[in-house]
Amino acid sequence: MTIDWINFTPWRSLAGGIMIGIAASILVLFNGKIAGISGILGSVLKPGEPDKSWRLAFMIGLIASPYLFSLMAPFPSPTITTSSTGLIGAGLLVGLGTRYGQGCTSGHGVCGLSRLSPRSLAATITFMLSGFVTVYLLRHWFN
Amino acid sequence: MQLFSALLSGMIFGLGLLISGMANPAKVLGFLDLAGNWDPSLAFVMGGAILVGIVAFTIARRRGKSLLGNVMQLPASKKIDRRLIWGSVTFGIGWGLAGYCPGPALVSLSTFAAKPWLFVSAMLAGMLIFEWIENWRKR
Repeated sequence: MTIDWINFTPWRSLAGGIMIGIAASILVLFNGKIAGISGILGSVLKPGEPDKSWRLAFMIGLIASPYLFSLMAPFPSPTITTSSTGLIGAGLLVGLGTRYGQGCTSGHGVCGLSRLSPRSLAATITFMLSGFVTVYLLRHWFN
Repeated sequence: MQLFSALLSGMIFGLGLLISGMANPAKVLGFLDLAGNWDPSLAFVMGGAILVGIVAFTIARRRGKSLLGNVMQLPASKKIDRRLIWGSVTFGIGWGLAGYCPGPALVSLSTFAAKPWLFVSAMLAGMLIFEWIENWRKR
C-alpha cells in the first residue's frame, strides 16, 4: 500500500464530513428521524408507507444541492470508470443490498456509528470489507 | 416547518458530499483500493460526520421528542442477523464495482450525464425488487 498524496484531501473531506454530520443532526434533532438515504428513498418507493412528505423534502434538498454548490464553485465533474453494464449490475446490488441490510454509508456508517450501535458497526465493517475485497479483485486480480 | 428542516438537511447533506469529494466515484474507489495507491479521504469524511453526529445523537437519545415535537424515531432493532450481514455484503460488492453509494449517486443526477442515471435507475429497480420479494414472501 502507498498513500495517494496527490488526491488525498484531508481538510476538504473533514469539512464535508462535518457538514454531513450537521445535516444528520438537523434531521434527528428537529424531525426525530435518521438521515439514512437508502431508507428514506426505499420508504418513498414502498407502497402504502405513510409519512412520505418529509422524505420527499429531504430528497429534493439532496438532489438540488449541486445547484446551490455551483453558485459558489464550479461543479466537480465525477469520473466514472465503470462500464454501463457494470453500473447496472452495481446499481441493482446497491439497491437490493441496502434494503436487506437496512442501511448504507449514511444510515449505518454515519448515523449508526454516531449512535454507537453495535448492529450498525457490524453492517459498516461488513460493507467496507466487501467493498475492499471487490476492488482488490477487480484491480489486482482480474486486471 | 418539518418539511423545511428536512429539505435543509438534505441540502446540507448534499453539499457535504460535494465538498468532501465523495460525489466522485473515482475518489471513493481510491479509498476502497487498499492494496493500490490509497486515498484515505473517505475516513476523514466519516470521522468528521461522526464527530458531530455523536453529540447530536447523545442529545436525541435523552429527549423523548424532537424540537418540532415529533416522537424520536431511533432504530430499536439490535439484531445482527443474516439479513443484515448478507445485505451489507451485497451492498459492498455494488459499492466496490461502481464507487457509488445511494447519496452520491442521487447528487450526481444533476450532471445529467447518462451513467449516474443508469446507476440510479438500476438502484431503484433493486429497491423495488426487494419490495416485490418481501410482499410475495408475506403471502
